[in-house]
Amino acid sequence: MVVDDAPNAVGYEVTAMMNDQHGSDVAYSLENVSFSYARGKRADSEAVLDDLSCLILSGRVLGILGPNGSGKSTLLKLLARVFEPQQGKIELLGDSLSSLSQLDVAKRVALVPQETVQVFPFTISEMVMMGRSPHHQGWGGWHWEDSQDWVIAQNAMEELDVAHLGDRLVTEVSGGERQRAVIARALVQEPQVLLLDEPTAFLDLHHQLDIARIIKRLNRDRGLTVVLVSHDLNLASQYCDHVLLLNHGRLAAMGSPQKVLNPEIIEAVYGCSVLVDKHPQSGMPRVSLPI
Amino acid sequence: MKPTLDVASPAASQAERSGKTSVPVQRAMTSSRTLTRSRWWLWISSGCVVTVVVVVGCLGLGTQAIPYSRIIAIILDAVVGTSMEQGLDDPTSIILLQVRMPRLLLAFLVGGSLAMVGVALQALLRNPLADPFVIGISSGAALGAAIALLFGVGISVGSISALPVCAFAGALFSLIIMYRISSVQFGFSVYTLLLAGVVLNAIFSAFIMFLTSIAEPNRVYGMYAWLMGTLTGPEWSTLGMLVLYLGVGLFVLGIHAQSLNLLTLGEETARSLGVEVERVKKSVFLASALLTGAVVSFSGIIGFVGLIIPHAVRLVVSADHRLLLPMAGLVGGMFLMLADTVARTALSPSEFPVGVITALVGGPIFLWLLTTRQTQLGMK
Repeated sequence: MVVDDAPNAVGYEVTAMMNDQHGSDVAYSLENVSFSYARGKRADSEAVLDDLSCLILSGRVLGILGPNGSGKSTLLKLLARVFEPQQGKIELLGDSLSSLSQLDVAKRVALVPQETVQVFPFTISEMVMMGRSPHHQGWGGWHWEDSQDWVIAQNAMEELDVAHLGDRLVTEVSGGERQRAVIARALVQEPQVLLLDEPTAFLDLHHQLDIARIIKRLNRDRGLTVVLVSHDLNLASQYCDHVLLLNHGRLAAMGSPQKVLNPEIIEAVYGCSVLVDKHPQSGMPRVSLPI
Repeated sequence: MKPTLDVASPAASQAERSGKTSVPVQRAMTSSRTLTRSRWWLWISSGCVVTVVVVVGCLGLGTQAIPYSRIIAIILDAVVGTSMEQGLDDPTSIILLQVRMPRLLLAFLVGGSLAMVGVALQALLRNPLADPFVIGISSGAALGAAIALLFGVGISVGSISALPVCAFAGALFSLIIMYRISSVQFGFSVYTLLLAGVVLNAIFSAFIMFLTSIAEPNRVYGMYAWLMGTLTGPEWSTLGMLVLYLGVGLFVLGIHAQSLNLLTLGEETARSLGVEVERVKKSVFLASALLTGAVVSFSGIIGFVGLIIPHAVRLVVSADHRLLLPMAGLVGGMFLMLADTVARTALSPSEFPVGVITALVGGPIFLWLLTTRQTQLGMK
C-alpha cells in the first residue's frame, strides 16, 4: 500500500533531478541493491534493503530519512563499504565499489558513525590524526605521519573548533565536542564524499544547529558530497538539497524536500498523519505532529 | 533552494577567519602525548637502557651475591672476549652465564610477550581487561601442552618439539571459541567477556586435572610446578627456539600497530578508514595464539602480566599502539625479571613459582580496576 504511492514519486523525481541538475556528476549510482544481515535461506525474508536503485548527485547534501528499521544506517554503511550488498551494484564516482580496495574507498569516502565509543585513553588529536591513515600504505598499515599530515589535521581541527581540545582525552570531552572531532577526523581523510549517521542524534539544540551549519558549510566551501541519515525531518528539510525516504528497505520517495516532505507521503511511510507548513525564514516544509 | 539561515551564521564567518589564519601551527599538535618519530625513539631507547640496568641488577642477586664489577667484567669477557677474567670456567661465571642469565632472558621474553599479547587482544576485543590468562587463552595452551607432556606426543618430531606446537593448538582453539563468542553480538560487554573467560578457564582446568589424575605419578610432579608458572632451568639452545617463535609473533603484531589503533574505534569505523578488518583480526589472533602457545609451553601459566603492564604503559606513555606495543614489551619483560628475582631470592635457598607473585600483584590491581575505573573501561 505504502509502496504503491512510491514509484510515481521516485520515477518523476529522479528524472526531474537529472534534468534539473543538467551536467552535474553522479557520486553514487545504485542498481537493484539488496542487503541482509542474515545469510543463506533467511537472507531473502530478512532483507534490510530490498532492490534499491537511485542516483546520488555529487556536490549536494542528501538526507536519508525513514522510520526505525527502514534500513537508513545500513544503506549508509553500504556506501562506505563497511558491508557489501548480496545483490546489485554500487558505483562510486564511476568505479564499481566492490572492485576498489578498502584503502581506495577510504581515500574517497569518510564515514562519521552515530556514536564514537573509545575505551582507551587516546587524545583528540591522536584520534583526528587516525583519519590520515588511508593515505599511508605500509606493511600492515605501519607508518609515521609527516609534516603535511600535521598541517591537514591542524586545519581540520581549527575548522571544527576542536584545536584547543587536542590534548584532552576522547573519553573526557562532551558529546558535541567529540562529534566535532570525529567530523574533523573525516575531513582529514580528504574525502570527496562525507557520510554521516544521525550526526545530531545525541546533541542538544545548540549543538544540533552547530553541526548542521558545519555540514552545510563544508558542502558549500569544499564542494563535498554529503549523505546524512537523520530522524529529524525538519533538519533534513532545512539543510538537505535532496531527501531519500526509505520504508522497509525500499525506496519510498526521492527528490527535493518540497516534493517529498508532503503530508501524504509522510503518512504513507510513517503511518501517522502530520501537519506540514512552511518554515518562517526559509520557506521550506516544516513538519509538526498533530495534537 | 539554499536555506537562508546559515548564510550569516557565526560559524561561517568563523570559518573565514580560521581560513585566513590557518598557518600551520605544528607545535600545538605535537605537544605532550602526541607521537612523533623522535618521541618514539626517545621512549624506546630509555626503555632499553632501563632494561639493561634491571638485567644487571637482577644478575647480582641470589643465593650467592656477585659484586657488580665482577658481573660487568664477566659479561664483557663473554661477549667481546676482553680476557679481564681468568676464564669462563670458574663457578661464578657458570652461575652467571649458565644459570642466571638464561633464566633472566626467559623471564624477559615471557613477560614481554604476555604484555604485548595483552595489548593486542585488548585492542581487538576493545576491552581493557582482556589478558591471555583472564580470558582463558593461557589455559587452552596449557591443556595442549599438558597433553603433550603427559602422553609424550612424540616429544619431538624431527627437530621440532611437539610441546609448543600442541600449546599453540590449544591457544588457537580457545581463541577461536573466544572469537566466536565475541562476534555473536555487537556491543559485547566487558562482563560477558570475563564470564566467558572464567568458564573457559574452568573447563580447561577440569581437563588438565582429569589428565593429571590418570597420568603416571612421576610425570605429574613436574606438571604441577609447571602449571603454577615457573621459569626454572632453561638452556641456551631451547631459548633460541623460543626466540624464533616469539620473533615471528611479535613481528606480526608490530606491523599491525596502526591497524590496532584504528580497530579501537570499532570494526565498522576501522573498515571505513581503510583497514581490512577480517585479515588483520585473523593475523593478530594467530600471532597471539603463537605467542601464548610458545610462552606457556616454556613457562606454564603466568597470569595478569598482560593486564597490568598495558594499563600502566597506557597511563604513563601512550595509547598509540606504535609506541604502546614495544614499550609494553620492555616493561612487561622488566616486570617479570624483577618478579622472578623475588621468587628465587625471597625464601632463599628455596624458591617458589613466579606465577604466585604475578597473581598476588595482578589480582588486586585487576579488582581495583574493575571497581574504580568503570567509565574508563566502557562499562557504563
